Amino acid sequence: MSVVDATEMRVIYEQRAVAKAAQQDGIWVRRAIIAIAVLFLAIFIVLPLIVVFAQAFSRGIATYWDALAEPDAVSAIRLTLLIAAISVACNLIFGLIGAWAIAKFEFWGKSVLITFIDLPFSVSPVVSGLVFVLLFGAQGLLGPWLQANDIQIIFAVPGIVLATIFVTFPFVARELIPLMQQQGTQEEEAAISLGASGFSTFFRVTLPNVKWALLYGVLLCNARAMGEFGAVSVVSGHIRGETNTMPLHIEILYNEYQFVAAFAVASLLAFLALVTLIAKTLLERRIERAKHGVD
Amino acid sequence: MPSSMSIRQAVPRSVIPGFGITLGITLTWLSLIVLIPLAGLFIKSFELNPSQFWDIVTHPRTANALKLSFGTALLAAFINLVFGTLVVWALVRYDFPGRRVLDALVDIPFALPTAVAGIALTALFAQNGWFGAPLAALGIQVAFTPLGILVALVFIGLPFVVRTVQPVLQDLDPELEEAAASLGASRLQTVTRVILPALLPALLTGFALAFARAVGEYGSVIFIAGNLPNVSEIAPLLIVIRLEEYRYADATAIAAVMLIASFIILFVINRLQRWSELRTSRS
Repeated sequence: MSVVDATEMRVIYEQRAVAKAAQQDGIWVRRAIIAIAVLFLAIFIVLPLIVVFAQAFSRGIATYWDALAEPDAVSAIRLTLLIAAISVACNLIFGLIGAWAIAKFEFWGKSVLITFIDLPFSVSPVVSGLVFVLLFGAQGLLGPWLQANDIQIIFAVPGIVLATIFVTFPFVARELIPLMQQQGTQEEEAAISLGASGFSTFFRVTLPNVKWALLYGVLLCNARAMGEFGAVSVVSGHIRGETNTMPLHIEILYNEYQFVAAFAVASLLAFLALVTLIAKTLLERRIERAKHGVD
Repeated sequence: MPSSMSIRQAVPRSVIPGFGITLGITLTWLSLIVLIPLAGLFIKSFELNPSQFWDIVTHPRTANALKLSFGTALLAAFINLVFGTLVVWALVRYDFPGRRVLDALVDIPFALPTAVAGIALTALFAQNGWFGAPLAALGIQVAFTPLGILVALVFIGLPFVVRTVQPVLQDLDPELEEAAASLGASRLQTVTRVILPALLPALLTGFALAFARAVGEYGSVIFIAGNLPNVSEIAPLLIVIRLEEYRYADATAIAAVMLIASFIILFVINRLQRWSELRTSRS
């Protein structure tokens, strides 16, 4: 520690005070901005979340459980879990493969490829569903062939899976690519030059380095897969007990004026959203550390 | 650098294996899931001749739906730009009780399924709802009017503005403000002439992202909109209605317009982000 005399100290403190004052807003400005921000978030974010649970439990816990135990609700929950499991697994595997190719190698057209991977984010959910109807539906490009071979994709589970994979396509890859690019290739090169195979390098070096970002991507992917409405609504055909996912079931209940039941199913998805957010907040810190090479 | 570096540079191939196979799988998977289905939409819309296409798109009901979708999305993105920036300012610059919780909750529209958001907002803004009842007393009806669409689109777009602007304001060099203050600028001048220009690329990117999301939004809107043709019927809903009527040509044409619009917005966003990166790397 260096020795600093009193006047020098005072000068430093005064400079700091000036620096701090330069960033300070007046007390009333500060209060007004905080009030507006809190009010805006309360109206648009917090209260919509609270109203879901308030409505779901408005007729008591027994009614709530009845709504969830009803056979159509149970089959919707089951289908949603199945769809999410398939589409998360696909995006996990192909996200890792894609991130490996993009982050560990240099090649022509890379930025175009990244844009294409992000593309589903900018397509309307309804259009995302429609493209599969136009491809596999009865009047679609492959429709006659599918009918001749007795394969049903639209208004059946495969169509819902395809539409869900489409809308969740970017989630895993876009979390992995920037992190893996930042981490570079030195560790992998070291492992390879020490005689490790490509696979063991991937599983022992690359995967541990990106595990938190991977989990982050999977979480967001899962939340979207379970909650997707527009795209799934177009391809599902809304057959109760067969092709009805939770969000579609909510819509049917709501349109039948079974509000409490609709909000009961909705509360499960809202709970999932809250859990996703908490996990996301915790993971963000770990990913920051991984980026700076501490973890 | 040791001599091994120059040898490696002479050989274009990296020592890391798997480039061919992983890129091959990625391109195949991307084509099967994303590119071919999207191309299919354009192939289908080429089955229409230009005058048929034009007739569909300029049909009053279609034109009104497109106008409504783009108009309300633009307005919602603008509201998000203003209030989102205030929210960012409060979250980054001030400390107040509940700040961290609110910060985390900003992502709710990302995580909450759109159908859930739709029925929740409808419950709040319907005539007997927590907000709807007092607003109705003032003679303002939100649910089942275009105003309801606006509410849903503001909800859905907020995190795009906040999460784009927040990191830029956080990383903004405090010396900029100190320099401005020591040169005699008032606080207002510092904010409008120093801080806002520095945030501009991020603000525009956030605005464009919120707009892009709002234009195509379906789930959260249809519950609160009322869905009256020509009044409160958004373009994505009209696509669904045309599909249910087996009017595939109409659905395809409207979807093609929306898809082209999203490509244009995507291109603009890409440019903005590049500009934003250039800005931050220079400073």
